[in-house]
Amino acid sequence: MEERRINVVVNGEPKSVDVEPRLLLAHFLREVLGLTGTHIGCDTTNCGVCTVLVDGMPMKSCTMFAVMLDGHEVETVEGLGLPSELHPIQEGFREEHGLQCGYCTPGMMMACKAILNENPNPTEEDIRWGLAGNLCRCTGYQNIVKAVLWAAEKMRSEATLSR
Amino acid sequence: MAQALDEIKIGGLGSSRKRVEDDRFLRGKGNYTDDFKLPGMVHMEILRSPLAHARIKSIDTSKAWQIPGVHMVLTGDMAAQHNLAWMPTLSYDTQPVLATDKVRFQGQEIACVVADDPYIAKDGCEAIFVEYEPLPVIVNPYQATAEGAPIIRDDKEGQTDNVCYRWEVGDREGTERAFAQADLVSKLELHYPRSHPSPIECCGSIADYNSATAKLTVYMTTQAPHIIRAAVAIVAELPEHMIRIISPDLGGGFGNKVPVYPGYVCSILCSILLARPVKWIEDKTGNLISTHYARDIYYKGELALRKDGKILGVRFHCDSDNGSSFSDAQPTKFKIGLIHSAFSAYDIPVGYMTAQGHYTNKAPGGVAYRCSFRVTEAMFFQERAIQAAAYDLGMDQAAFRRLNLVKDDQFPFRTPYGFLLDSGQYEKCLDVALNAIGYDEFLREKEEARAQGRRLGLGISTMTEPLGAGNSREYDILGIKMFDAAELRVHPSGKAILKIGSKTQGQGHETTFAQIVTHELGIPAADILVQHGDTDNTPFGMGTYASRSTPVAGAATAMVARKVRAKARKLAAHLLEVSEEDIEWELGRFYVRGAPNNGVSIQECAMAAYGNMPDGLEPGLENNAYYDPPNMTWPFAAYIVTVEVDPETGVWDVLRMVAVDDCGVRINPMIVEGQIMGGMTEAYAMANMQFITYDAEGNCVGSNYMDYLLPTAWETPGFELHEVVTPSPHHPIGAKGIGECAAVGGPAAFVNAVMDAIDDTGVRNIDMPLIPDRVWEALKYRRDISGMPPVKSDE
Amino acid sequence: MYPSRFHYEAPRSLDEAFGVLQAYGDEAKILAGGQSLIPLIKLRFASPACVVDINNIPGLEFHEEDSDGSLHIGALCRHRDLERSALLRSKYPVMSAVAPLISDPMVRNRGTLVGSLCHADPQGDWASTMLALGGEVIARNADGGERAIPVSQFVVGPFQNSLQQGEIAVRARVPAPRGTRSGTYLKLERRVGDFATVGVAINLETSGGTINRAGIALTGVGPNNIQCTAAEQALAGKSLNASTIEQAARLAAEAAQPKTDVRGSAEYKRHVVYTFVMRGLSNREAMAA
Repeated sequence: MEERRINVVVNGEPKSVDVEPRLLLAHFLREVLGLTGTHIGCDTTNCGVCTVLVDGMPMKSCTMFAVMLDGHEVETVEGLGLPSELHPIQEGFREEHGLQCGYCTPGMMMACKAILNENPNPTEEDIRWGLAGNLCRCTGYQNIVKAVLWAAEKMRSEATLSR
Repeated sequence: MAQALDEIKIGGLGSSRKRVEDDRFLRGKGNYTDDFKLPGMVHMEILRSPLAHARIKSIDTSKAWQIPGVHMVLTGDMAAQHNLAWMPTLSYDTQPVLATDKVRFQGQEIACVVADDPYIAKDGCEAIFVEYEPLPVIVNPYQATAEGAPIIRDDKEGQTDNVCYRWEVGDREGTERAFAQADLVSKLELHYPRSHPSPIECCGSIADYNSATAKLTVYMTTQAPHIIRAAVAIVAELPEHMIRIISPDLGGGFGNKVPVYPGYVCSILCSILLARPVKWIEDKTGNLISTHYARDIYYKGELALRKDGKILGVRFHCDSDNGSSFSDAQPTKFKIGLIHSAFSAYDIPVGYMTAQGHYTNKAPGGVAYRCSFRVTEAMFFQERAIQAAAYDLGMDQAAFRRLNLVKDDQFPFRTPYGFLLDSGQYEKCLDVALNAIGYDEFLREKEEARAQGRRLGLGISTMTEPLGAGNSREYDILGIKMFDAAELRVHPSGKAILKIGSKTQGQGHETTFAQIVTHELGIPAADILVQHGDTDNTPFGMGTYASRSTPVAGAATAMVARKVRAKARKLAAHLLEVSEEDIEWELGRFYVRGAPNNGVSIQECAMAAYGNMPDGLEPGLENNAYYDPPNMTWPFAAYIVTVEVDPETGVWDVLRMVAVDDCGVRINPMIVEGQIMGGMTEAYAMANMQFITYDAEGNCVGSNYMDYLLPTAWETPGFELHEVVTPSPHHPIGAKGIGECAAVGGPAAFVNAVMDAIDDTGVRNIDMPLIPDRVWEALKYRRDISGMPPVKSDE
Repeated sequence: MYPSRFHYEAPRSLDEAFGVLQAYGDEAKILAGGQSLIPLIKLRFASPACVVDINNIPGLEFHEEDSDGSLHIGALCRHRDLERSALLRSKYPVMSAVAPLISDPMVRNRGTLVGSLCHADPQGDWASTMLALGGEVIARNADGGERAIPVSQFVVGPFQNSLQQGEIAVRARVPAPRGTRSGTYLKLERRVGDFATVGVAINLETSGGTINRAGIALTGVGPNNIQCTAAEQALAGKSLNASTIEQAARLAAEAAQPKTDVRGSAEYKRHVVYTFVMRGLSNREAMAA
């Protein structure tokens, strides 16, 4: 069985692991690294619950092979915020009831992070457009939109304070 | 004097406290079934049938056994040796676990492979060779009852046709008399298409049979762990006390995770045979193609009307497409769920309904998808028929509803099919909704737009539904009566643990059930841990579906808290050195009547229960309660949607969506609103895009998320929510169910809005989903698009 | 969700990549964005013996104009780059219109235009767009030789392209316009991110109100993307007015070869082609030269 060594930085930590080429990134994160916060919701690259950031860009981890990650950086929900302190996006989701069963939430929040990285002051329309690849079955999205607006405001005011 | 507690601040009734569950979900620390890894665990994958109807001539598994890392290849014949090739359904039918004689729907389970990892298990499935002899395929009830149709369930002794049940309810002759007196009869035919609850998380299980202790532990995606334990005991012939079902965090359920599925049974059998943990995680295609669907009912019905708008009677017939097994998850006595709750919201003197179920070569079902046993189908037909009747009478649709809705002074109200409505302010809800949408102004806008060739429409849906089965006199599943239980233990320091038999799938039970205890005892919600989803550690419950949690388990929670309070009163009397009769209660404390400063807190009583109890009083502060509801709870809703239809393309856009819900007392308003928005989104999905259909060969269209469309944030409309509160008179805290109302009542509001936008065309119906092609065809040819055939094609 | 085993190569240069292709022949599959290929591999609809990941080959991410004014889009230029491109916004309106309509944001972050052309899905939006622009695919072989294949000849069937064994599609090219470009892309989809029920790409190149070259192509209404030659010819040398617009729309609808399926009837789809060409050409803002 063919395996290849990959060097990848996951949530800031360098990892050096042998993987089979056919191993999907989502399974690598969940089964090899034990980062079960990244979920799997479909088999056709449609649902977005496996979304992670690869070199800062949101990608569907079910539609990349782990072996392709050699030399790259991955950020998952486990890297969002600190154990003691939630990231403003996480806080926004809690404050605005932006989650119910929690299954889509990690991927959703990673997509939100990318939206806010690119545009710190998005409109409701910007947010809805940016989340078009992330399905949620519980919330009806309205509270997710509010959560992102909440986070955006907090992140802007934090940026102002630290200036 | 002690400051009175602020119930909202301590997280009691009416507090929008933030959710307890979020702390783990937000950090990626939830514990879903797929997140568990047990020592020695191996992985199972299922091989499914590509054909809808075929005789199995042979199954060759030899190549699969040879793959390194494969531990087991299980077929129907092997399962049969353990008496597990077939299993009972929740409707007294049978369903194959692994096919032995024939396959009867596309996606049916043929074999499974257990291997070191799921990749190898999949390799194993690919290496199994099955020889099929194709048979003629049936994909709807009309084909099923056509002359010369093949008998699908020839495995069942005495089954000579494709009918799986016949059922009727109501007063046939009385209804005939009402129709004889009618000035006008309004008829409607439609098909509520097959849908799938499709939680984002698919089904799965980890069966862990310990051969040393003979204890079976199963981690699994179930909304009803206690019933599953009973079912596993029956199916696998294992002693019930040696079965532990753990339902960890669920990534949604919506009814899909109520039944027992072959995958669960196979993982259990493989674990017993291999004596090691076996994990099975279904893929999305497997979930959509094989686990229980919902709806798929063909309706024919009519209303008897007087010219002034009064409804004199109603009758309708349902032909349900049950797929290859009659396996509805519903109370046993009712063959098509509570579909006879249709028209309950209206004061109609008499009604009659009939139903017939049919076997077809489609996946078995159907489950109550975000509804209380087919009430979604009931309320959809009701609201479509009501709008059609208003048009036939030439009456304003709002005025027609107002005239016929049950009035406030008529409660409790007995419906023609025998239900008893508990309470409501139906007209008030309608008024709030009409005001919110600006009804009269919209009618003017619509008229002006029509003059310019634009098509605006407004749809109303007003409905009530029976939530919280049972009472135990009428409601049981496989002989087990439908009640629920709760256990409450208050620790010495006044912190408490509540154990319930129901199970959250995202509704926030860990948050809201604590709030009920807070309301009853004054213990801050943050000091109460709610446990659920583990049959070894929680009391019996029928599970979370049909909006049962708040009406039944919630009531049990209030009742157990009251029992605990009654004991605490004895302790308070002891501590205050007065007799029990001289004790008064206010939230969180007892005090001596006439001396409000002289009191003890519930926490002080708790300490006394363990350290300072009076002579003769049993130590401890805990109890349990089983709650058998005297009636269902009947929430009410008025939903209004406005749309614009593009006549050139048939595309319709939602302009506004107003929801007025009366679910009685709201425990946590934030969570209630979340439930309404979620339900409304599924309503929109069903009206607009989400359905499963089959082509003439029985190929499932909608077996993955490319074809089974769930709306995204982009097209999902914004929601405007309003409330009316009419407490349930029989529920301990006046609450009713809410999780499903919007999904039940919502679809008709969307469809009615589109139909209203083409109300000048004579078109009476377009079946859901109202994809642009259908709307355009109805508009162009001025014809109904009803009773959709198998998927359209050129062939 | 569990692919078959395959051998994996990640060449660092095109030369290395050609070496791998030579070794594996038609058992090798090029992986660029992977957003069409990996879904097929996941479901085992495709089980290549060797996956050649070209993401580590430098110098393929570009999209830029050369001195002749033609646009070159490298094999690793992502949909995302095109969606955000100021160059496309100012000079390639049909490309700018279609880019955000490709699948969803995450797929656009990874997927590529060239990969989409190679995948040759009849419901692919880029092939219609390139047909309307008169675009080409540049294929290179192991000897460094290049040939330009017009997209009309590149996509030869559903999921079939005309690359020869050993060739790699290294970039796409859009020729310089004859005049000023205007255009748009109209897409009917059941839901955002869905494949097109009907897609219409319109590209006009005009000077002084006269159309020098018209490009109209259709998505989702035939076994391949369809170039509406008759409609294009009807517009060439004319200006846009009610009668030329109607004629073009009618000819485009006639060119469509839709099939009835779950997305809609053939008649409906043909009607939507007509409606979209009417709407596209009548949209003054999009068609303003």
